[in-house]
Amino acid sequence: MNPIVFGLLNIVGILLALVIGAALLTWIERRLLGFWQDRRGPNRVGPFGSLQVVADMIKILFKQDWIPPFADPVVFVLAPAVVMVTTLMAFAVVPVTASIGIAGDMNIGVLFFLAMTSLSAYSVVLAGWASNNKYSLLGGMRAAAQMVSYEVFMGLALLGVVMLSGSFSLAAIVRAQSGLWFVVPQFLGFVVFVIAGIAETHRLPFDLPEGENELGAGFHTEYSSMKFGMFFVGEYIGIVLISAMIAVLFFGGWQGPLLPPIVWFALKTGVFVGFFILLRAALPRPRYDQLMAYGWKLMLPLSLLNVALTGAVMLTHW
Amino acid sequence: MLSSIRTLWYTFLHLFHRSETVQYPEEMPYLAPRYRGRIILSRDPDGEERCVSCYLCAVACPVDCISLQKTEEDGRWYPEWFRINFSRCIFCGFCEEACPTYAIQLTPDFEMSEYERHNLIYEKEDLLISGTGKYPDYSFYRVAGLAIPGKDKGDAERERPPVDRHGLLP
Ligand code: SF4
Ligand code: SF4
Repeated sequence: MNPIVFGLLNIVGILLALVIGAALLTWIERRLLGFWQDRRGPNRVGPFGSLQVVADMIKILFKQDWIPPFADPVVFVLAPAVVMVTTLMAFAVVPVTASIGIAGDMNIGVLFFLAMTSLSAYSVVLAGWASNNKYSLLGGMRAAAQMVSYEVFMGLALLGVVMLSGSFSLAAIVRAQSGLWFVVPQFLGFVVFVIAGIAETHRLPFDLPEGENELGAGFHTEYSSMKFGMFFVGEYIGIVLISAMIAVLFFGGWQGPLLPPIVWFALKTGVFVGFFILLRAALPRPRYDQLMAYGWKLMLPLSLLNVALTGAVMLTHW
Repeated sequence: MLSSIRTLWYTFLHLFHRSETVQYPEEMPYLAPRYRGRIILSRDPDGEERCVSCYLCAVACPVDCISLQKTEEDGRWYPEWFRINFSRCIFCGFCEEACPTYAIQLTPDFEMSEYERHNLIYEKEDLLISGTGKYPDYSFYRVAGLAIPGKDKGDAERERPPVDRHGLLP
């Protein structure tokens, strides 16, 4: 096939799969939460309630799209777009399989991913700032502090993987795991990465920027209609992104016996998406100072230890 | 940290628990016979209205949603009209407790939604049923000492004949 056509197909396919997947996730999350709380979840619209997404879409699109008069209109409109764009961009470097994937072989893939997740912090901060509302601002500030500090350990946690595979390219990292998944030699890095990933997507239990019971809805208090929907979808795409990254970095990406690679990739990503939802069902939210103390006093030393240990082992054994 | 992981595991196990949800419109929940739902006015075993228009229920009602008007016919008292505003009723059951004749009773039925509020005002025709409700044998006039056509003083159940105040015997 013509490589340009194939590339375009790749882009469109991944984009569609992501957005549709993220929309479906809103339903999957509610059903899973339901099951974990001994309820049924939304099961009325369509088979098993799967058309709930459509109903929600129609509802959210017909809501009044309101820009508060006291807000900064340009930034206010831009902020939800930023989260969508950056999280979608980050997917460019995720190698779905050896051939599917937009730029899986990019030689700075890991750095690109980190850069994009850092940029997505802007969306939350700007949303909080532009809303010109003290709760939103508090949420935005929390998000800034949380995401910037967890960004650090996320990068450090990845370093072990990068050292082992000797490459910043995600596809190369996956290929380096053909013998042994990196979750075994890099277990500490894996744990730190998962926790940093949760904080990065500001999902429960680290959803302090939203903190309904303290901040209204935090940074998106003032948002309505599809702008709110974009934050929502952006958050779900963020979950898929972090899950996909966990699968790629620590669980051998598309590699696996019997099943075709794309199924393995989807399966591994799906398991971690489920894990994210389970976290929401099970764990309470820590206090804000606890979150920060936890990050700087526990995660940072742990990730540094991981880097040092990995380096030491590599030096003595190679 | 460890307790968090244990919490995660226990929550995960709930995936295999039976869901507690009752799929309401298809699956009806069990309502106890004494459930406090839609209010009815019952009749005595002879098919006469039990309500004697004593106003006790209207007085007992904490939200004042009962109103009625007394009328009289052959020595029996009836409500001329009897109105319950179910948009105000809190289903506390005080009216049932206050009623001396078991006339007003709450039933295990809660499906009385309406699109218009004024449709929730039930008149006597809506409230009155043809049966006896929860107390099949009770009839106020059979045990009360009041004289009505067909039953004179002293004829009621467990009632002694009235004392003859002009007699000399003790
Ligand atoms: S149930 Fe309570 S609120 Fe309703 S009519 Fe009777 S006394 Fe009033
Ligand atoms: S308390 Fe009973 S008898 Fe008295 S008015 Fe109410 S329903 Fe009728």
